[in-house]
Amino acid sequence: MTPFAYSRAATPSEATGLGRDGASFIAGGTNLLDLMKLEIITPDRLVDISRLDLAAISETPEGGLRIGAMVRNSDLAADRKVCDSYPVLAEALLAGASAQLRNKATTGGNLLQRTRCYYFYDTAMPCNKRAPGSGCQAIGGATRLHAIFGASVHCIATHPSDMAVALRALDAEVEVEAPEGAIRRLPLSQFYVLPGDTPHIETVLAPGDLITAVILPPPQGGRQTYRKVRDRASYAFALVSVAGVVALKEGRIAHASLAFGGVAPQPWRNETVESMLHDRQPSAGLFAQAADALLADARPQKDNAFKISLLRRTLIAVLNELTDADQ
Amino acid sequence: MTSHIKMDERVERDRLAEMVQAVIGKPLDRPEGALKVSGAAPYAMDRLPANACHGVLVRATVSNGTLRDMDVDAVQALPGIRAIIADDRLLRNPAQGMAGEAPIQGPKDIAYFGQPIALVVAETFEQARHGAQALKLRFEADGTAIVAPDDPKADIETPEDEQDSTGDLDAAMQTARHTVDAHYTTPGHVSAAMEPHASIAEWNGDRLTLYGSYQMLRFNRAELADALGIEEKQVRILAPYVGGGFGSKLGIGPEAVAAALAAKALGVPVAVAMSRQQVFESVMRRSETDQHIRLAADEQGRLIGIGHEALVSNLPGEEFSEPVTQATPFLYQGDHRVIGHRIARVHRTCAGSVRAPGEAVGLTALEIALDELAAASGIDPVKLRLINIPQKDPSQDIPFSSHMLAEALEEGAKRFDWDRRRSEPGAVRDGEWLIGMGMASAARVNMLIESKARVTLNANGTGTVETDMTDIGTGTYTVLSQIAGEMLGLPMDSVETLLGDTAYPPASGSGGSFGAASNGTAVLLACEEIRQQLCERLDCDMQGLTLKDGHAIVGNRRIALPEILDGSRLVGEGHVEPGKAEETVRQATYGSYFAEVAVNAITGETRLRRMLGVFAAGRILNPKTARSQCLGGMTFGIGMALTEELIHDPRDGHIVNRDFAEYHLPVNADVPQIDVVLLDERDAWANPLQAKGIGELGICGAAASIVNAIYNATGIRIRDLPATLDKIIDGLQSRTD
Repeated sequence: MTPFAYSRAATPSEATGLGRDGASFIAGGTNLLDLMKLEIITPDRLVDISRLDLAAISETPEGGLRIGAMVRNSDLAADRKVCDSYPVLAEALLAGASAQLRNKATTGGNLLQRTRCYYFYDTAMPCNKRAPGSGCQAIGGATRLHAIFGASVHCIATHPSDMAVALRALDAEVEVEAPEGAIRRLPLSQFYVLPGDTPHIETVLAPGDLITAVILPPPQGGRQTYRKVRDRASYAFALVSVAGVVALKEGRIAHASLAFGGVAPQPWRNETVESMLHDRQPSAGLFAQAADALLADARPQKDNAFKISLLRRTLIAVLNELTDADQ
Repeated sequence: MTSHIKMDERVERDRLAEMVQAVIGKPLDRPEGALKVSGAAPYAMDRLPANACHGVLVRATVSNGTLRDMDVDAVQALPGIRAIIADDRLLRNPAQGMAGEAPIQGPKDIAYFGQPIALVVAETFEQARHGAQALKLRFEADGTAIVAPDDPKADIETPEDEQDSTGDLDAAMQTARHTVDAHYTTPGHVSAAMEPHASIAEWNGDRLTLYGSYQMLRFNRAELADALGIEEKQVRILAPYVGGGFGSKLGIGPEAVAAALAAKALGVPVAVAMSRQQVFESVMRRSETDQHIRLAADEQGRLIGIGHEALVSNLPGEEFSEPVTQATPFLYQGDHRVIGHRIARVHRTCAGSVRAPGEAVGLTALEIALDELAAASGIDPVKLRLINIPQKDPSQDIPFSSHMLAEALEEGAKRFDWDRRRSEPGAVRDGEWLIGMGMASAARVNMLIESKARVTLNANGTGTVETDMTDIGTGTYTVLSQIAGEMLGLPMDSVETLLGDTAYPPASGSGGSFGAASNGTAVLLACEEIRQQLCERLDCDMQGLTLKDGHAIVGNRRIALPEILDGSRLVGEGHVEPGKAEETVRQATYGSYFAEVAVNAITGETRLRRMLGVFAAGRILNPKTARSQCLGGMTFGIGMALTEELIHDPRDGHIVNRDFAEYHLPVNADVPQIDVVLLDERDAWANPLQAKGIGELGICGAAASIVNAIYNATGIRIRDLPATLDKIIDGLQSRTD
């Protein structure tokens, strides 16, 4: 850990002012502190935002939900409105990390957690995400956990969040306050950027930009589920995960939104797949076609081709579950 | 006065059974339990002196080569840095268990990625850690290093004395009615002790005191002295509390030697604690194994031949190699036998003793093969094992000391409702889940190691046990107090056991499941010595002396111990050595495992539903601590079956999953209800306690019961552990799509 200055922000605008030029915000610190101890990141300044008044969950005028950036994962998962109207989010939260971590981790921090790529975590290894231009040692290395979508020849890491996958399926937006006080709302679909040749750039946030809230649109109705497949029953990152929201009308799929975790540098979504399902009757053939369409883009590494069949099977199981007339 | 015994023959007389205090064999709590759960038990780093400096080890970042240069000046200029120690006496890797001498030393020659090569010492831990991270190193790397045992260019040793062949197995395989011929592979494992390795070194003149986290102090003292080039008597090691060892703390480690060198150089105490990543890289791993197993059986399933040939790995120059086939020679019958053992020399983290070296992985593979034989022959897996239990050790034609495998199999089958198992795979389904049951035998060799202990009967009538034995979470404090309490007629709260200090008589140490039996015998003998002295004071013979509740009862007299002692104290020492009994009889512990799993028909995820272990290990000194040992072993068995795997980079061999987020031990949600049944047994050949080791028995074969249950659930045979879903999903595809 390198020496750093510490400031505690009393207001978001104070935080954004302090948060520029080599500074890092700290809230729950569940990922940041590990990264600092290992000197994977070495901020000059920590701006403590954990006491900002951003821990409320409230209804929006449109009938959606505004989730303050400081809302703890465990509180969000237990929120009555979330459990009733956005169960996919509650399930995703509870599938992540451990109870201790969820008690500390915040909504904003969860979105910004860093990859779990082995090579990112070892400062002796080249890594374009950690040390731009040094190379990607994961390629050709141990790649069982890595991406099958959206990777580049410069980086094949996955995004580890479960929560973000559910938010992606729910069409969430991220509210961001910039240093000069401007507040903007970004759809989550535009929040993350693919690695390309700049894997160290993971989001569109500029220095000093502070996530203040996550906004959920009004509930879509229909059924929701989050299915996470992993190597042990708890406290493991997703090998693949599927967040699904499906509404049926008169035996046809009126709406389907699907997001995928553990397979890409960001929560993955494929609108082509969803439009294939739209206004169609659920059937094994349809679901197989949807899976084919999703996986047509998959580019596995040496050790993770299994993710293709695993994602296929998991997606079909989720679609079956969400469209099963008996349930 | 010392009471001594060499175990040359069986000890018929069961002294503990003649005692009346009735604390032995009782499920008593740990006397130090409250200290541990309240944080009051001082582990190594809790002993930090106020003026201590902190050292952090620096690692090699090549797999093989030479350290040419390091930029010492730049780091020395950083705040708080006191020294950079790159002494030639630094250890390449920890000493192997019971080595009693230093392992290979010298930080310049790099043999594996992660090898400690220097120690950065600073006023605070954070400064030292930053200094270690900032230290720029220049290596001359040997790009041709072999880092994987299956590299065709790997140097493979075939030690002559570890090959054995009887009869003609090839011919038996040709003529046998039922055969199995397959390779089984297990990956590397780590011990995963909760407390990372840590040492605090403090010199007083030329005398060194080390607070450490070690399992075998008398050996560690010799190893540390040898590494530093000083006399053993100059070294004192204290390790009264050890947060788990599982083999990783058998031999002195790099952090202890580095702390001692730094403390000497700086003239202040120096503490060196390893990070979890450092423990993964620079302590000990269990070798990965490739096991070729051949079984030949007749029409009725009776084994006529067994072949078990293993390939393991270690660093160049290391004596230890995973004794994979240790239980194979005596577990089942069969006239035609082949035992093979080969060692690939690879530039990976040192391989050493991890959680029951040998049987943990070797018996697991053998018991999967037995299940394959059961499936091939249509014979029930329990019955197949029962009909193949030999009457004598078939490899040496010597009798067993005691042997309750049959009882363990039968008791387990009954308690687990084994007869409800459907023998055809894939027959039971619960929604998305395929349900199966599997079982396996347990076996582990039993050992006795030379051990001494001192017991004092104090003037106030309390007892004190002193030995440099360790309690690594196993319950040593408890069982030694029970033995002394039983022998001296003292309630538990009148006995204090002091451990983990080389100032006390040298013990076996904790390892190889031999601690309680070896050191417990020394305590029993020391108590016999005190009983003798009491008899002299009371003018009675040993037969006539009863000790209970702090009183001596002789004839119709009942006298409080302080009254007899009259202000003095009695001291007895006990000393046990192994003897001819080791060769006269085959000593081992046995048991059985039964497991029920659910395999997800869509994803291939396996979840254990219930598990039972039935074990026989001679007299059970304390059913509570013994049960905990078995629960821990079976939990590690779950890990071996389903989740645990050291992953090495294919290019430089370094361990990539170096923390508990990515090295998957079973978590609570992976561990369902586990039942442990301990059978009543005595083994008079083992020692006067008639107890055998139980610490490791619970892992020896446990994983096989789970893997065999996966087969029963799905028809998919896993021969490459762990049984992660990627190895199952393809097989499910062909069955369900």
